[in-house]
Formats: sequence, C-alpha cells, structure tokens
Amino acid sequence: MAEDHSELSDVEQRVRALETVMTQKGYIDPAALDVLIDTYQTRVGPRNGARVIARAWVDPAFRERLMRDATAAIAELGYSGRQGEHMIAVANTPDRHNLVVCTLCSCYPWPVLGLPPVWYKSAPYRSRAVRDPRGVLAEFGVTLAASTEIRVWDSTAEVRYLVIPERPTGTEGLSEVALAALVTRDSMIGTGLPRPVGMP
Amino acid sequence: MPYVSHADIGGRTGFGPVVREPEGAIFHGIWEPRVHAMTVALGATGSWNLDMTRSARETLPDYLDLTYYEIWLGGLEKLLVEKGLVTPDELTAGCARHAPAPVSRVLKADQVAAILEKGAPTERAPTGPARFRLGQRVRTRATPAEHHTRLPGYVRGKTGIIERVLGAHVFADSHAQGLGEDPQWLYTVVFDATELWGSEATAGHSVSVDAWQPYLEAT
Repeated sequence: MAEDHSELSDVEQRVRALETVMTQKGYIDPAALDVLIDTYQTRVGPRNGARVIARAWVDPAFRERLMRDATAAIAELGYSGRQGEHMIAVANTPDRHNLVVCTLCSCYPWPVLGLPPVWYKSAPYRSRAVRDPRGVLAEFGVTLAASTEIRVWDSTAEVRYLVIPERPTGTEGLSEVALAALVTRDSMIGTGLPRPVGMP
Repeated sequence: MPYVSHADIGGRTGFGPVVREPEGAIFHGIWEPRVHAMTVALGATGSWNLDMTRSARETLPDYLDLTYYEIWLGGLEKLLVEKGLVTPDELTAGCARHAPAPVSRVLKADQVAAILEKGAPTERAPTGPARFRLGQRVRTRATPAEHHTRLPGYVRGKTGIIERVLGAHVFADSHAQGLGEDPQWLYTVVFDATELWGSEATAGHSVSVDAWQPYLEAT
C-alpha cells in the first residue's frame, strides 16, 4: 500500500524524508532513535533534579559537596553525562535569587532537568532574562522583595547551572520524597519557587 | 560573506511576553523528538562537533521565524549537506540517490545509554598559566567576531570581575571553525547591571557569562 503523505505538514514531511534518507544510507539505526526518544521522554526529567535538591535540603554534608563540586555530587545520585558534564549549583538565600538563561541558544542541564521547555529556548525569555529579570519573574508569578539581589547566569560555555531553591518553611517533618515533590522544574531554573506545603 | 549570528538576542527588546507551559510539556508534535534524536544520533557519527552544530543553527537566515526544533532540523540538514553526507536532491526526494559517505560510527541502540552517560566533557589540560585571577577586573572584547563565538553582544566591551576560574576548556570559536580544540582558560565574569544596561538597570542586579580568555583583556 502506498503511503499517503497528504495529511502531513511540510515540516513532518521534511523530517520523514530526512529520517528515510539517513536510514537508507546507514547513518542511523532506527532502533537507536527509539531508545533516544524513550530516554528523553520517560527517563530523564526534572524529577531527577528535584531529588538532588531534596537531598541537599536534608543532608548538609551533601549540600556542601553539591556547592563545592556539583558534577560529582549529582553523580552520587546517578545523574551524569551529556549536557551535565560540568555542573555548578547556585543557592538561593533570603538576600539573593539566582536565575539561569542561555541567551545564545538553549544550554540546559539535561541529566537533572531533562530537555528544556519551549519558553526557555524562545526569544522572549532569552532576550529579557538578562535585562529585566524582575519583569520576567513577574510573568512567572514570582515577586521578590526589592532588597533581594538577582543574579542571572548566562550559560555561554559548557558549564550548566542548577539553582538550589530555598527550602519552604513548615517542611521540617517532611520526608525526602515529600520534599522532592515540592521542587518544581522552574524553581531549579530560578523562574519559580518551590510549592508551599499542602499545595498540589 | 560576513558571518551573521541570528541567535545573539540577549538584551534585545520587542519579542513580547514569556509563554509558560506546564512542566511536562516538552515536545509539540511527534516530529520534534525525532529531530532531537536524529541530532544526537548523527552527532555520534563524528562528522562534526557541538560547536559546529551551534554555528549551523545560528546562521540560518530565518532563525528568528522558526520554532526551536525547526532550527535544529535546518541546522542538521545544512551540516549534512556541507559535510557531504547527503545532497539536497536526496532531501527533496526523500530517498537516497548516491552512495553513503564514510562515517566513523553509527550509533546502535545498545550503545545509547553508554554514550549519553559518557557525554562530551570539554575540560582539557591547560597549555599555560591562567592570565587572570579571582577578583580581577577585566574588559571584554569590543569588536564583533567574524565567526561563531560565545561572547554575547550585550557584554561586548564591558568591564566585569573574574568570579570563578573554570579550568581550560575546548575553545568554541576555534572548534566551530574546524581549527581543533585549542583549549583556553574559561572564567565566570560577573557584570553589574548598570555596566550593561545603564540607567534603566535596577539596583542589586548582576549578570555573569562564562568567557574564554581570548575574549578578555586586563583593565
């Protein structure tokens, strides 16, 4: 049966054509593509980073290692490799808020956060995060005290940044697993804060 | 033809508000993860390096009109043609018409986990001492580069402070041009917002970039 491509958009046809040619020429193994797709859709994502943050909240020695050598500390939890080869963790405090951007492309710590969301890669965020971070944060519903310093990290080389948000108040009795559930992706980029206790 | 990057948009205005999405939304359309996976798999053939992919994408003339994975797709097609792995007529036809070019590796399914785990660290043994020290004031290069570079335009010709010394790393500018790894010292350089944005800057705002030594001079 002849394949009917009439329902495909132009870009879908381009991608299908490319994949067909690459496979026919033997440059790609379709089974390897399936593994790659599965990896980044189901195995790697911001829950990895959330576990790192929760550990840092409950274990001062781990937090110290994370601040000193984030690549090694994150690897202790099993997260390492591509786009996380050189990690630096930056900690929020009551006086200082950290925000991560890549103005030149989309550099992002894949092993702990997965692939970046569309907004992180898009012109509005990339253009304004360095110039008007408070305005950008307001669009994410985050308002900081006027006295809080904002530090923006533009990931221009192969170092990848992970924000350690502040542990929410009232979480003293929570388990590490429960704490990880409070850590949002955005809170590890700096465009959000952890969920307060009791919020879904 | 002069080198023009369309990706250097830090500090530009007029792009509108940020459009947020829920945490799980990564791909839009089933073709996007396929482009991502093909980019990783074809990168593993060793036909180009990461910095060449960035250069291929940022020089797409319609970069700012494209969605992100359209940019990746365009960059991939461009590199494949440039490196002689495919011809434009094959991409148009959607079938191979010429013999394949030799590649150094074809990524197999059972190698994916190991290759992602290995990554591609860029730190190298330094070839000389670091020229700058922690806390030193430096000025960034003022002139635009005539090739791929990772010094954003908004920090060109600005004065900042060395905050971290990150070791010697593969130098993106050389690597993207096929001039080898050319490892150079890399630094985190922090700028006060008033240095970057003048009177519109608010107090208590600073921005850092990671800058290779050739981008910097002592003040």
